Amino acid sequence: MNVEALVPQTTPTVAMIRTLGLLSAICGLIIVASYQGTYAAVQENKRIAVERAVFKVIPTAKSIDEYIASPDGAVTKVGAGGTASPGAVKFYAGYDAAGKLAGIAAEGAAKGYADNVRILFAYDPVAGTVASFSVVASRETPGIGDKILVNKDFLENFPLEAKLSADLKTLAHEIRTVKHGSKANPWEVDAISGATITSRAVGKAINDAAQALLPRIAPQLDKLKEKSS
Amino acid sequence: MSQQTVSTLDEFMEGVWRQNPTFVMILGMCPTLAVTVSAMNALSMGISTALVLIASCWLISMVRNIVPKEVRIAVYIVIIATFVTVVDYAIQAISLELYDALGAFIQLIVVNCIILGRAEAHAAKNPPIAAMINAAGMGVGFTIGLLSLGVVREILGAGTLFGVSLFGADFQPWVVMVLPPGGFFVLGSWLLLFSTLERRKQRKLVEATQNA
Repeated sequence: MNVEALVPQTTPTVAMIRTLGLLSAICGLIIVASYQGTYAAVQENKRIAVERAVFKVIPTAKSIDEYIASPDGAVTKVGAGGTASPGAVKFYAGYDAAGKLAGIAAEGAAKGYADNVRILFAYDPVAGTVASFSVVASRETPGIGDKILVNKDFLENFPLEAKLSADLKTLAHEIRTVKHGSKANPWEVDAISGATITSRAVGKAINDAAQALLPRIAPQLDKLKEKSS
Repeated sequence: MSQQTVSTLDEFMEGVWRQNPTFVMILGMCPTLAVTVSAMNALSMGISTALVLIASCWLISMVRNIVPKEVRIAVYIVIIATFVTVVDYAIQAISLELYDALGAFIQLIVVNCIILGRAEAHAAKNPPIAAMINAAGMGVGFTIGLLSLGVVREILGAGTLFGVSLFGADFQPWVVMVLPPGGFFVLGSWLLLFSTLERRKQRKLVEATQNA
């Protein structure tokens, strides 16, 4: 009787490792090649997306520069020695055709009804106001939360006052969202009735970002006034 | 020769109609319900899945004779994940807007049961050309499934088709259709339609045999 025929056939360990190793190498090559192949196009797409978003909130801007405001008060241009240290805030300076500062755009985020509402808002340093905002990403309910972009009463909130206090450390008045119809001050956001949570998220996102960013920009404004080459 | 052509077409049509992943096998429900809020999203998701399906089935079929069965699932997953990554980068390069709209569901193609199911049930046992034809059929079938949901949901929920407004400004969108419940309503309606048709066909068949 043949004993070997009764023992179940087993695959040698070497064969398994060889196959897995070979396939991993092939797959690794494919992934790296596709990453390298699409890198330029992806970066270009990202740049265009940022530009389009900033031009939307600063309509007079013709070109933008990306800056980083560090916690120590330094404001550096990205790509010119500016590095992202912890706590640094990124913002965009928009310049008009003559190279004069048209506005500053920054991102803010706050919890909405479903997930974070990420917005981009434009700050007018001359008037000390938030001129307008747009939504970067939101999962708010269609037809309810997305009214923040079309509701006329809500858009009336802008320009929204965002002046700094005398010591330039914080905002003179915290930006708050108030119940629909009870707005009394220029720094308050009048909520949309029925979309209060999303309205509150917009107010909080602007307030948080402005509190962090504006005191750092204020002493450096002269540096930003003209487009640096 | 004609025999072979027939079987090739048969192989292709299996996924498109008889074994349609969405309406017959009810597979891949996660992207089916989640990304079909517009026809464009549905179409891009369908095409992405089809490309991953065809490429993975081709490679799995190519290596089917050297893969020991003990490690086959690991091999399939690595191959599928590779092609999903390729498609992921390709979509980012084509349009970031589309990439954001599809969100995590591109990466989740890795665990789409249609693909792993095809790999195990078909590609691992058939030569590369046959595997690719079968996979292409399944991909087309899945795309048709997604599109039939996406088109209905976009028309009812937003009043547009591929972004083109259909009814003018007076249209009051039926918002629930682009919310998660709308996916279930539309999928249920399609399944109802298909099973009604199927039942009517069988009744006619029975009547025909009784009369004969």
